[in-house]
Amino acid sequence: MRSRVQRLGLRSVVLAYLAVILVGPLGIVFYRTFEDGFGPAWDALTTPETIHAFKLTLIITAIAVPVNTVFGIVCGLAIVRRKFPGKGVLNAFIDLPLALSPVVVGLALFLLYGAEGWFGGWLDDHGIQVLFALPSMVIATIFVSLPFVAREVIPTLREIGDEQEQAARTLGASGWQTFWSITLPSIRWAVIYGVILTTARCLGEYGAVAVVSGRLQGQTETATLRVQERWESFDLAGAYAISIALATVAILVLVAMTVIRPREEAH
Amino acid sequence: MSIHVRNVSKRFRDFVAVDDVSLEVESGSLTALLGPSGSGKSTLLRIIAGLETPDAGQILLSGNDATALKPQKRNVGFVFQHYAAFKHMTVRENIAFGLKVRKRPKPEIQQRVDELLNLVQLQNFGDRYPAQLSGGQRQRMGLARALAPEPQVLLLDEPFGALDARVRAELREWLRQLHDVVHVTTVFVTHDQEEAMEISDQIAVINHGRLEQVGNPRELYDEPASEFVMTFVGDAQPIGNYLVRSHDLDLLTEPTDGAVEAMIVRVTILGRDVKVELHDTGGSEILALMTRDQFDEGGFWRGQQVWLHPKRERAFA
Repeated sequence: MRSRVQRLGLRSVVLAYLAVILVGPLGIVFYRTFEDGFGPAWDALTTPETIHAFKLTLIITAIAVPVNTVFGIVCGLAIVRRKFPGKGVLNAFIDLPLALSPVVVGLALFLLYGAEGWFGGWLDDHGIQVLFALPSMVIATIFVSLPFVAREVIPTLREIGDEQEQAARTLGASGWQTFWSITLPSIRWAVIYGVILTTARCLGEYGAVAVVSGRLQGQTETATLRVQERWESFDLAGAYAISIALATVAILVLVAMTVIRPREEAH
Repeated sequence: MSIHVRNVSKRFRDFVAVDDVSLEVESGSLTALLGPSGSGKSTLLRIIAGLETPDAGQILLSGNDATALKPQKRNVGFVFQHYAAFKHMTVRENIAFGLKVRKRPKPEIQQRVDELLNLVQLQNFGDRYPAQLSGGQRQRMGLARALAPEPQVLLLDEPFGALDARVRAELREWLRQLHDVVHVTTVFVTHDQEEAMEISDQIAVINHGRLEQVGNPRELYDEPASEFVMTFVGDAQPIGNYLVRSHDLDLLTEPTDGAVEAMIVRVTILGRDVKVELHDTGGSEILALMTRDQFDEGGFWRGQQVWLHPKRERAFA
């Protein structure tokens, strides 16, 4: 009996904590947004600037996710299946974006690509605009969302081992054929999981992009930047509406992950 | 296709896995690489398959140097101890894999897979996934998959090592029969001397990365080239300065030249055979095996003092 009481006690503490920290704020956002019905929220979402902000976020995500997916798989294969000098360093560096504040990443890009930066002069001479434009925002987003696919793929690659790949080789498959028909299908759930996490991170990126974008309304303003901008302009309804759109995507991501996780474990 | 291993060596850091091994495997034969675990036999097999690169030496397949050839170009079939089944593919897809990567026409693949499913008696399991098969079935699938592209050499790495004793004995027998039908040059790795004796034409005994002896089962048993081979292939025990097999001991009731005094401490009737355990005067344990008839004729009893006379013995420097 006592253990049951303890278990229930533990459960209530965890649930109460989650309610205060997570569900409460999210609930408030939902409540405030739809306080006056769907109309104002919809209007706030469909202003040209906001639509542009969402489009920009999607474009950045559409570039960053495939890049990091390919990088993550290649990196995972290199770390798990190959021996090369500097492997330990690479393995450690993959986690750097997790440890580093995105603002620092943004500043670093500023130092590299700014007018005074290493590449700034050369880029300027060739008329290539990196800062305050899409390229720097994409680079910043790729950087902050870099570890997720690799971190999902690496343990799965370790777990499946390389016997199946060896078997494929002895059966006459080339390296490429082995990758497409054996390796990739074996790690597919890890890749999908990593892609979902990467997507969520890209959609929510704020700090690094805030630094490098210059936050030009209707030009380099992403959805998250738009929330901040609306807030500062005292357009709370607008800020709430965009937040809700982003939160909904986050919830969908969570649902997708919950559906996928058990499946992956079954394999 | 014949296999020639020429002066092959392989080390992993400080560990010498294969040490200057030369071996010839005749076309169409069934050869066992026999040795204790860690002796380098699996490494040698993997070198033949191209899954490991030797540090020195050559591998010739049908007389052609294959040392630098990638595994996918060697036309060998490889069977893994832990099956290495493609988990996301059905049994049919597993078996078809080698044909598919060779871009064979679909009807041909279909026909060949059916043929192999019959051969390995998995006709009713074609649409199952490996996870739905027993260990023995998985290994039969592994064998069918390896045989599908009609390899010129079949290599098996402890193929029955992960199976229980009954299935093991069954598959062993079945592999021998299969070899009589398919006649592909076969090399298999085992640490089980009985398994090696039972099905091979030729056995290569390996210890500490070195080739101790190559011969047919009878040669190895009757004329072991070293103390290791004598003790590893069959049983052997030291008596005086010699090694003697337990069924090569005569029990005498009176002393003669070269006989060792001992006392019977235990008698176990194993049906047709009788196991007699003895202690010599120094207290060392000695085992003698004899037939029931010999035992009854001798009229031996526990506690009896006897003299052990080796019928055949060997001494190694």
